Amino acid sequence: MIDFDGVSFTYPDGTQVLFDVSLRVPAGTTLALLGASGSGKTTLLHVLLGLLKPQDGRVLVDDVDIVPLSEKKLRPVRRRMGVVFQDGALFDSLTVGENVSFLIREVMDLGEAEIEARTLRQLEYVGLGHTLDLMPDELSGGMRRRVAVARAMAAADPAIMVYDEPTSGLDPITADTICDLVRKVSEEKGLTSVLVTHRLRDAFKVADRIALFKDGRVHFFGDREELFALEDPYVQRFLA
Amino acid sequence: MLSVVGDHVKRGVYELQVGAQLTAGSVRALFTGLPRRRDLLEQMDTLGAGSFGIVVLTGLFAGMAMGLQFSVELAVYGAKGYLGKMVTVSIIRELGPVLTALMMAGRVCSGIASELGSMKIGRQVDALRVMGFDPVAKLVMPRMVAVFVMLPVLTLMADAVAVVGGYAVGYVVGGIDTATYWSAVDQGLTVENLTGGIIKPFVFAVIIGAVGCASGLLSSGGTRGVGRATTQAVVNASILILVANFLVGYLVIRALGWA
Repeated sequence: MIDFDGVSFTYPDGTQVLFDVSLRVPAGTTLALLGASGSGKTTLLHVLLGLLKPQDGRVLVDDVDIVPLSEKKLRPVRRRMGVVFQDGALFDSLTVGENVSFLIREVMDLGEAEIEARTLRQLEYVGLGHTLDLMPDELSGGMRRRVAVARAMAAADPAIMVYDEPTSGLDPITADTICDLVRKVSEEKGLTSVLVTHRLRDAFKVADRIALFKDGRVHFFGDREELFALEDPYVQRFLA
Repeated sequence: MLSVVGDHVKRGVYELQVGAQLTAGSVRALFTGLPRRRDLLEQMDTLGAGSFGIVVLTGLFAGMAMGLQFSVELAVYGAKGYLGKMVTVSIIRELGPVLTALMMAGRVCSGIASELGSMKIGRQVDALRVMGFDPVAKLVMPRMVAVFVMLPVLTLMADAVAVVGGYAVGYVVGGIDTATYWSAVDQGLTVENLTGGIIKPFVFAVIIGAVGCASGLLSSGGTRGVGRATTQAVVNASILILVANFLVGYLVIRALGWA
């Protein structure tokens, strides 16, 4: 379970982007953080990953507050998370196979044959078994995101998956493929997932609950039906 | 105008501070675990062996230029027999370490800054962090160790090639006798001369590694920012190398009681 409790964050230049944000993501569910650019959703994701430290509030991951943890103490928490960054953030000097096997090699004591088999299994799971020896720059945007999903799940089975705008810059059909994959991963593995997006369609496709951000605050938090039922001008503009 | 200069100075001091932190972090990381052999060999190959050609050419032409100038000047005083010693001392104490380091600053420091800068901009550094890795141990330390090991080796190579270059020009242009040249070289190869020449590359290696890594990891503002960081890394490293060259040279001379 993930619990954001009164989280506020201000960048060093004095710009406050999160104001007292409280959200709960029960285990095994998917939350979509929805909102316009600059509304604070990606900042909240970075707070969850421990890349940014909020000035106020707590972020509980399975009842452990990660805010006061040092980088070293965060490592075991992070190893239970799989993260898919915008555009994949694949290591561009490594092949697709090396990207996916990177964490396996580093943290698991396995023989070469087992590493290769595991890597291929993960790539086949995302439908990209044939890309093993390609370099990331030989892949399309959608393929890079799918490889990033494979990499995120490759080592230890993560309990939490985090997606930072996984469909941004993709055509609608490829974006739908990515959303289907996100849904498949969450359901088949029973993972807790958090997805940042500014596309309503993605949120509806993958999320159990939606948090709509406006100016660093949670403007709406609920499910799809509740969102549709809300007669709020900002929500209506977003739905239009 | 003053505020622009002030901003540049502040930025420079900040990068120095980060460079020092990364150096300390790399040393700490070395105590918790050595870099993976594959990572280290890859870096030593890219940063060190990849610089072999440019360093040999630099040493060769520096030595040849010195051989040419000194053989002409020394002939005026009838002291051509000292050519080997003059070339050896100048190269080993000063030009060999400085020129090699400056070439490495241009090639290696910029390479490190642009590679790490691109990784930062592409969120690959964040990806490493969220995978539970320390970017200093994974990215900075192997590069620092590779430069620290390879720069002294390349400097010695440049020194050797330069002395040979000085001989070639002295022999062909100045008509220096082979035995006289190498006997003078032998006189220049003293422990005192070698000491300064060996200490400097280690200091310069820390500068090149730290400045390259700090500039790369601090870069921001997309691809233009990476380009800016790369250029700045070369400028900063070159200036610091020249300053450090004077300071180390001064300290060695004081330590040896020559001044």
